[in-house]
Amino acid sequence: MRKELLILSGKGGTGKTSITAALAHLAAPSKIIADCDVDASDLHLILAPEIRSENDFISGTEAKIRRENCTACGECSAICQFDAIETDDEGIASVNGMACEGCAVCARFCPAEAITMHPCRCGQWFLSDTRFGPMVHSHLFPGEENSGKLVTLVKNQATQQAENLDKKLILVDGPPGIGCPVIASISGADLVLIVTEPTMSGLHDLERVIGLTTHFKVPAAVCLNKCDLNGNMAKAIERYCTDNGIEMIAAIPFDQAFTDAQVQGKAVTELQESGVSQTLEQMWFRLNDMLFSK
Amino acid sequence: MKIAIASGKGGTGKTTVATALALSAVQLPEFKKRVMLADCDVEEPNAHIFMSEESEEITGQEQYGSPSPNHIQWHEQEDIFATVPEVIEERCNYCGECRDICQFNAITVLGQTILVFPEMCHSCLGCFRVCEQNALQHGKRLLGQISKTHVNGIDLVQGELRVGEAMASPLIKAIKKRLPNDDTLVIIDAPPGTSCPVINTLTGTDYAILVTEPTPFGYHDLKLCAEVIKILSIPFGVIINRAGSGYKEVYEWCRKEGIDVLLEIPFDRGVAEAYAAGIPLIQARPDLQGHFSNILKNIVQSMEHLNA
Ligand code: SF4
Ligand code: SF4
Ligand code: SF4
Ligand code: SF4
Repeated sequence: MRKELLILSGKGGTGKTSITAALAHLAAPSKIIADCDVDASDLHLILAPEIRSENDFISGTEAKIRRENCTACGECSAICQFDAIETDDEGIASVNGMACEGCAVCARFCPAEAITMHPCRCGQWFLSDTRFGPMVHSHLFPGEENSGKLVTLVKNQATQQAENLDKKLILVDGPPGIGCPVIASISGADLVLIVTEPTMSGLHDLERVIGLTTHFKVPAAVCLNKCDLNGNMAKAIERYCTDNGIEMIAAIPFDQAFTDAQVQGKAVTELQESGVSQTLEQMWFRLNDMLFSK
Repeated sequence: MKIAIASGKGGTGKTTVATALALSAVQLPEFKKRVMLADCDVEEPNAHIFMSEESEEITGQEQYGSPSPNHIQWHEQEDIFATVPEVIEERCNYCGECRDICQFNAITVLGQTILVFPEMCHSCLGCFRVCEQNALQHGKRLLGQISKTHVNGIDLVQGELRVGEAMASPLIKAIKKRLPNDDTLVIIDAPPGTSCPVINTLTGTDYAILVTEPTPFGYHDLKLCAEVIKILSIPFGVIINRAGSGYKEVYEWCRKEGIDVLLEIPFDRGVAEAYAAGIPLIQARPDLQGHFSNILKNIVQSMEHLNA
């Protein structure tokens, strides 16, 4: 059976990507790695993918105005709900692509038929090879939306690759937050590993993410990173997990090795002497168990 | 004047910097105590955690069951809605015009049935415009809440997205409409990333501070964020948090690009512990307050220079 392990964290900065990189190193070779952290993907900085194929991510549309046809009537700027129409000194209209949501209402009502809609190239996605196995990843252009759709695209491609290459595991670095991209990433996951930290916002976000995994009925496990930063908060998080029947499968003390590994472009478990390696190995055994023994 | 604090990704210390600036600003006569902190990180608003007057009492003993570990007394809370169509069935002739103009699949018409999916609606109002039967009326979808209070001499405003709401931008635009345009100093805690909500937050601000850390991840995210700021042509500077890793690329890049490094916050376990406990940076490291004051003074000066 093929399984999908998704790593989430709520807010950023908990070490989610570093831990994903370590899992990519520890998990047996039969896997596909998918980077769904599409807004600020960093995993490639550690995995150094060699790009095999490069594809455009086209999503939604954007309005364009033919200057020579515009009669400066002002209709479009009155219609646009997103302040995306700009006018020059003569009242000739143009579209601010960053603000345009592609609703096409201006195009429909322009009396001079000067406005047309065009597909929007929002980013790129890649099929690559890494030292830990094949990887699907992407780059969303600055200021673009539809990151939820890009998450779905990357995940679908990863599943496709897993089928083609007959891989047992899809390892997914999930997006931050609790919004649309996260919801898109949860669908189809077999297990969610939530990386959190003992801070107020760590606990707050953990509750929100667990709210989502419960809603979608996907089993979850918790990894408490930097567990020794605040004993009281660490206890509160432990208690929260116990009370909600969620297993805390690892507590990792604050360790400079994560930064050192990142600077060297390595997974923390690839470092010769890193104290956290053993903890991470044990965590992987447990995850492996949860995924494949049933 | 509006100063936005941004970063390519969460967890770099954006909120730490925003709260430190606001708390330093109220001490400065320049701002005549007219300082506002606006938390536009609507998916995870957490500036309030550091603004609470009894923040030092936040401990793990707190009951975690509450929806938000909120120690702030909000004076004012306002629900924010998006406009969505609502069908008046007896007027509708199922012509399908509304469905055809909707680019977001928020309306389906099948035979004698019309269905609206409010959560897909972008509030473009196109359907209202094309319906000749006047069969659509303005309904609403809850986007979230905007809350206000006055704490530590600062006006604190935050937006909080409703859990399950996918669109952050309309709520951010609503917060921005409520910000003062006079000489109040407004410090804006922007959402992380480089997508739409960040653009909406940064548009119309006078200066941006990008917070990063000297690591490969920090460097990569800083470059992406700087790209966005350049498109918007907002002057900006960089604050390097958790300095001292030995990773030099961030500094070299800033020098090469001619970007000001406004401050380095040294890596300090005590700072990380204070953050975990919800204690503001300048309370944990009072020696840094002077630096934040200087940053503000310099920005104000250079802005006046620009406008002169
Ligand atoms: S509605 Fe058409 S003609 Fe009128 S200003 Fe806009 S683009 Fe020009
Ligand atoms: S397509 Fe919609 S959002 Fe874009 S410019 Fe036209 S009215 Fe505005
Ligand atoms: S455009 Fe008006 S009349 Fe036609 S299907 Fe829509 S709501 Fe009904
Ligand atoms: S307001 Fe726009 S997005 Fe919403 S249902 Fe109508 S046409 Fe669709």
